[in-house]
Amino acid sequence: MLRKITVIAVLLLSTAMMYACSKNEDEITPEEKKITFSIPANFPAPAYNFEDNKLTNAGFALGKKLFYEARLSADKSVSCGSCHQQFAAFTQLDHKVSHGVNNCQGKRNTPPLVNLAWQKAFFWDGGVKNIETSPLNAITDACEMGTDIETIVAFLKSTAPYPDLFKQAFGSTEINSQLILKSITQFTAVLVSGNSKYDKVTRKEGGISFSAAELAGYNLFKEKCSSCHAEPFFTDFSYRSNGLDLVSTDEGRSHITGVSSDFGKFRVPTLRNIEYTSPYMHDGRFYSLDEVLEHYNSGVKSSANLDPQLKNGIPLSSTEKEQIKAFLKTLTDNEFIKNTLYSES
Amino acid sequence: MKLSQYLLALVCPIILLSSCKKSTEEVTPDAKSTFSIEFENQVNGSPLVLNTTTYKNAKGEDFKINIFKYYVSNIKLSKADGTTYLIPESYFLIDASKAESTNITLKDVPTGDYTKIEYTIGVDYARNFAGAQTGALDPINGMFWTWNSGYIFVKLEGTSPQSTDTGNKLTFHIGGVTDPNNTIRTFATEINSANPLRVRTDGKPNMHFIVNAAALFTGKTDISFASLNFTMGGANSVIVANNYTNGLFRLDHIHN
Ligand code: HEC
Ligand code: HEC
Repeated sequence: MLRKITVIAVLLLSTAMMYACSKNEDEITPEEKKITFSIPANFPAPAYNFEDNKLTNAGFALGKKLFYEARLSADKSVSCGSCHQQFAAFTQLDHKVSHGVNNCQGKRNTPPLVNLAWQKAFFWDGGVKNIETSPLNAITDACEMGTDIETIVAFLKSTAPYPDLFKQAFGSTEINSQLILKSITQFTAVLVSGNSKYDKVTRKEGGISFSAAELAGYNLFKEKCSSCHAEPFFTDFSYRSNGLDLVSTDEGRSHITGVSSDFGKFRVPTLRNIEYTSPYMHDGRFYSLDEVLEHYNSGVKSSANLDPQLKNGIPLSSTEKEQIKAFLKTLTDNEFIKNTLYSES
Repeated sequence: MKLSQYLLALVCPIILLSSCKKSTEEVTPDAKSTFSIEFENQVNGSPLVLNTTTYKNAKGEDFKINIFKYYVSNIKLSKADGTTYLIPESYFLIDASKAESTNITLKDVPTGDYTKIEYTIGVDYARNFAGAQTGALDPINGMFWTWNSGYIFVKLEGTSPQSTDTGNKLTFHIGGVTDPNNTIRTFATEINSANPLRVRTDGKPNMHFIVNAAALFTGKTDISFASLNFTMGGANSVIVANNYTNGLFRLDHIHN
């Protein structure tokens, strides 16, 4: 049921050329599984489509290696994968806020990296506008990886097998920030999560259906939550306040727009894989879905820019909470979380 | 064999003819050539010397400059007849600490007499949000904000005894492309038609611009470092951009 868009083309050309040069023409290049960017049938067209960054196995492999490369950070202890962990849908398990080099605690909760190819803005405040440039902040932030691009470029140029890997991916041993960012994006943009039980039910796949509790939860969700957490991404990508604080300590969206009516607003987060992405909210204040639901039920504060839909909170009985929770768990995509293609190898 | 001989016989006169024609024309329609622009960084008429020399702003306050960098992009040339030529992919970062960056070369420019030049001080809207860039736009140059996509168009850092910031620092990072804090500015200047920019196959003219770093602090609004010593985008960056729109660059002369 997946519409496969093959953005892939010729593979291992450079390796083939290398073989040719060394005159081992009878050697056979090993077969590889083609990396594809797949658009689930219930998803719209993506915002990022690899037009200027052709997806190849070699580019993806390099991007993945860089993603898990801790030597890129200042104290060689932190990789992208330290904060974006696959088993937690690429967020950081059990960390309220990001945890970077020298045990530094960041300011915000690490967002999951799923379905980024459909996102037009990044970060909780939407400050970053292109998936390709979104790793830059982590690289340079004193509290995340604490390094700079110059150091990373120099490290990669002088560390085998990177020059070869860049050659395989981009046809030249040249290493610069553009190629680093493009290869990382070949990894991060391929992280598509669209095979949860919810998706399969929606696509009427293999006779799968919701349990009574899940279905009741889905109906409640459509009534009370989906105006912000809209299907199929479970976010409408807007910036809103859901009343966590009377006065937010983090400016949020207004830090970017400079508009006071954006103060304390954050991007509506996706709820895909929500079972595994705790803690929750931009500052990771809630550890469980029970706390989140209780917030909507009784904890909404009338902050200056509180979303009007929430001015009376969302009253929920305990049965309703259980039903919504049952539904939220159908958003878990085990095929994604356990896909070895995305794992550190 | 025969055929190629015929061909040769045919081609020879054509080459002869066309070469005859060329020598009679001053400017060949499709010919392209090169010109260069030198940006001479100054502060109110004195040469810009980083780190050591003390200058005065319009309010009479002392200051020193440690960093002065700016983007010049989308260079467009016009002829007297109104036709224009936008130099493709023209993005340049001028850095006062790198002498070689202050003289830029524009290649493959159609030959002709140009009577006007205009360019963006900064980087156009689209490139601020585009994917990973290289060359002048490489984030390695320290002119890209990582927390709020977009380029720093003009960066001036220094010190002033009047600055209330720690270490008496001055931090002017001007950028931002969305209203109300859009700081993209265009600079345009007419070129004296008696001595236009003559781009020729046999000549490589040089345009000489004076760049006045102190223009950030005067023009529409005289800035006191006591009240404004730090901006990274936002309303204060707009005040600075409005100052330098007309005052930063002045065409001094052209060597044809
Ligand atoms: C120290 C932890 C940490 C590290 C290391 C880290 N990130 Fe992040 N990442 C974060 C946090 C926190 C955010 C959210 C920032 C914000 O909203 O202000 C984020 C946001 C992102 C986003 C945007 C996600 C979205 O939905 O908006 C992407 C993409 C991303 N990181 C990729 C990377 C890559 C690639 C690397 C490695 C080069 C990396 N990160 C390293 C913590 C980290
Ligand atoms: C008015 C819009 C709105 C409505 C309605 C809404 N939410 Fe939210 N939700 C948000 C925003 C905004 C956030 C992020 C707030 C923050 O971190 O500052 C959020 C965060 C969450 C989170 C945390 C996600 C994470 O990864 O951190 C969960 C879970 C959640 N909402 C569930 C629900 C459920 C269930 C409902 C319906 C009962 C609901 N929401 C209704 C706007 C809304």
